[in-house]
Amino acid sequence: MDKPAVELIGVTKRFGDDVVAVDDMDLTIRDGEFFSLLGPSGCGKTTTLRMIAGFEFPTEGSVRIHGAEMGLKPPNDRPVNTVFQSYALFPHMNVYDNVAFGLRMRKVGDAEVEARVRRVLDQVQLSRRADAKPSQLSGGMQQRVALARALVNEPEVLLLDEPLGALDLKLRQNMEYELKDLQSRVGITFIYVTHDQEEALTMSDRIGVMSDGKLLQVGTPTEIYERPTSRFVADFIGEINLLPAVVGAPGVAKLANGVEVTISSEHPVSGQVTLALRPERLTLHTIDAVVSEGRNVVKARVSRRTYFGDVFFYDVDLGLDEPLEVKEENRPDLDRFEVGDEVLVSWRPSAANLVTD
Amino acid sequence: MSDQTTTAGFFDRLLAANAWAVYLFFYAPILLLIAFSFNDNRNVGIWTEASVRWYREMIGDAQVMGALRNSLIVAFVATIVSTVVGTMLAIALERYRFKGRGALDGLAYLPIIIPDVTMAVMLLIFFFQVFGIIDNVLGIHLDTGLGTITLAHIAFNISFVAIVVRARIARFDSSLEEAAADLYASRLRTFWKVTLPLIAPGVAGGALLALTLSLDDVVVTQFVSGPGSTTLPVYVFGLVRRGVTPLINAVSTVMLVASMILVGISLGFQRNTVARSQRRSEPDELLEDLTVTHLG
Amino acid sequence: MLDVELEEGPTPVTPELERAAERAESRRGLFISLPGYVYLVIFFAIPLVLVLVYSFASRSSTGLTVLEGWNVESYKRLFTPLVAQIFGRSFLLALITTVICLLFSYPFAYYIATRKPSTRNVLLVLVMIPFWSNFLVRTYAWAFLLGSNGPISQISQSLGGEPIRILFTNTAVLIGMVYGFMPFMVLPLYAAIERLDWSLVEAARDLYANGATAFRKVTLPLSMPGVVAGSILVFIPSLGAYVTPAILGGARTTLLGDYIVSQFLSARNWPFGSALSFAVMFVMLVATIFYFRAGARTL
Repeated sequence: MDKPAVELIGVTKRFGDDVVAVDDMDLTIRDGEFFSLLGPSGCGKTTTLRMIAGFEFPTEGSVRIHGAEMGLKPPNDRPVNTVFQSYALFPHMNVYDNVAFGLRMRKVGDAEVEARVRRVLDQVQLSRRADAKPSQLSGGMQQRVALARALVNEPEVLLLDEPLGALDLKLRQNMEYELKDLQSRVGITFIYVTHDQEEALTMSDRIGVMSDGKLLQVGTPTEIYERPTSRFVADFIGEINLLPAVVGAPGVAKLANGVEVTISSEHPVSGQVTLALRPERLTLHTIDAVVSEGRNVVKARVSRRTYFGDVFFYDVDLGLDEPLEVKEENRPDLDRFEVGDEVLVSWRPSAANLVTD
Repeated sequence: MSDQTTTAGFFDRLLAANAWAVYLFFYAPILLLIAFSFNDNRNVGIWTEASVRWYREMIGDAQVMGALRNSLIVAFVATIVSTVVGTMLAIALERYRFKGRGALDGLAYLPIIIPDVTMAVMLLIFFFQVFGIIDNVLGIHLDTGLGTITLAHIAFNISFVAIVVRARIARFDSSLEEAAADLYASRLRTFWKVTLPLIAPGVAGGALLALTLSLDDVVVTQFVSGPGSTTLPVYVFGLVRRGVTPLINAVSTVMLVASMILVGISLGFQRNTVARSQRRSEPDELLEDLTVTHLG
Repeated sequence: MLDVELEEGPTPVTPELERAAERAESRRGLFISLPGYVYLVIFFAIPLVLVLVYSFASRSSTGLTVLEGWNVESYKRLFTPLVAQIFGRSFLLALITTVICLLFSYPFAYYIATRKPSTRNVLLVLVMIPFWSNFLVRTYAWAFLLGSNGPISQISQSLGGEPIRILFTNTAVLIGMVYGFMPFMVLPLYAAIERLDWSLVEAARDLYANGATAFRKVTLPLSMPGVVAGSILVFIPSLGAYVTPAILGGARTTLLGDYIVSQFLSARNWPFGSALSFAVMFVMLVATIFYFRAGARTL
């Protein structure tokens, strides 16, 4: 299909008179992609998902699935299926009946139900547990049943509402891999809602970052991480250093402490900006080191060092309001610095994103 | 709550002694009554030998059997009607918002907190007034009897059923109903295949409660019954006021054992509840279901 | 979730459409509640209003109620010494019943709450069984025990003493009331104590409080909602009790329940009986509201 899987056009959701859960959202999700809606709690991502599923209706706007307007259609009339955060497995039915539920509701014949259910249980590796009741299964297994129950209906779009939240770390990481793998094999469009940036970054083809009901940025994981277009997005994903600066002459930004640094000419802005720098793009050098050409170099003093095993995080003081956070790998060939040391901090001009909000 | 007791040994023994005393207090009268109902002596206090003569006399007593029959009919009808209506009420109050919901909520709680004397008075006046009007306007003369008793029982039972079912619905994960809709089930099929099976223990509990309350009721029934339409508790009540007899002991024992069997069935049903798979600890669930009927 | 039918097929949503959808949902709820709503209005709300109406009516010389000559005589009568005495007696009885229930139920509930979960379950069921069995019979069992021909009396006689007859005394009524209503106290108390965060008690011990102090300053205050709930659950029915005093108390001292009943079945003064009923209900309503504020918060 060449029509986008899901389109949201001017979608707004208001609860009562004062709560705006989703604010005039426009979004196009491509067919066959793994798309994540990422944001903190209360940002409206779950509400958006529910409007696609049909559990809520927009106050205004259009929700289209493969070009078809959904309007006020109830969820049982929509070609989508949902994997719930709490899995919502029917406790009084066994695994087989849970998975077969949607098919039976659509009056699929018994033989076909049997074939399809068995096949999808194989896919999620639960064939031997078809007779078990949900309460007898572990969290990870329940999650796979929820997945199977949705997938067996071959929906046009699969909606997942923070499905990995209840799992412990190791299991979550395994499931992240499995989900991504499953999606690329099955080819169905996945819309995945989460507040966990690691999940979004590892699994998604594209990410939509939301805050306060608004869609702030849509892009690939690389774009979102490396080229955030707003303070919020820069701050929400990973660690970030945010330096207020003023751009006077083209290509030059003056920091609050008066130091001038070079910025990439790709950024045609002037006036007040914020430089967004990832800690791993900064490098520390001894005070008398010779730094390669083309990099910005600023003097600083180490104010804190935190050891994480595989990396060090250094807080270095530049004479600005806040220290800069620098991430250095814990490698024997790299210099190690102590608190109080005078150092040089350097970065390539292209590593700094300019954010104007 | 930890598994260990947090009280010192001596103190704990005191508590245990108190518990034993309370249990004795609860059970001794009942057990003694049952025991003495098998006493062959006409003088109730003196034990002579075991016999079932009072039970035989009871079965032969037409008035007792008639009252029993009435009790069963009224209880049966009242339970069925109030369970259906009460369940619908519970669903409406828990799952929907509509105008007048607040008023209905309050109205549904009232029968529970109102003393049965007041309820009896209310319904007596009501039937008296309504029958009077019908007589004047339509010339039809209606009278109190099994019909009015049944209507009265339904009136207070609806609220009790509603409360028990509401408690069960409140513990119900509403995303289950959303999941069913997501999987192409219509409203009706969602109710039939998902909601109802999962609230069934609550509905059964409510029904059992209604049955018990109906079989227990004295005052309300007394006020709205007519000649020839007395129920067993009211009949026994009348007998008791005239004195203790071995016949009453036998009748009482039957009523007692019957109600205890009902309780046993209800508890047994609750144990097999589906909700166990929702991972609630049993004492909590049991307690909540039972407590909630008396809290309102 | 909703089934709204549109003629031309789905269109983008507007606030009007959203509201229409919400209204349809509302109507559905109202529809489902209808049987219960109608029934309660007819057989509960209207009778309640009728009682109020009757309380202002007058009584003819033959004992019939006359729906004219509206007056507040019945209410005035509520404040006469006789009625006040009956109210006072009933109130006192209900109060004593509540206190006795509390004194024995608290340790009892505490004991159950501090057992293993599996034991707790059994103990609770053992409380439930007599509780749910027929109320009339349970009260009658005491009439049987306490009568002059009953087992207790027989035992005392065989020991050479006088026949004891506790029946038809205030003591008998009190025993019967405590017996009947104690489980109403046990359950909320158990619920409150069981829900206690015991790490708070341990924290108190850690901060040098001994057992008794920890109980007084931590356990007791935290279980107070249960105490309040249980107390009101015992007090309210005790106040309006009819069956228990009728069976165990005989005709000697009149309590509220019996007084009201007699207005309808013997004295034939329906207006006064209605005023009495209403007054009792009013007191109970106030107590219930108090309960909801204090007790229902944690339960």
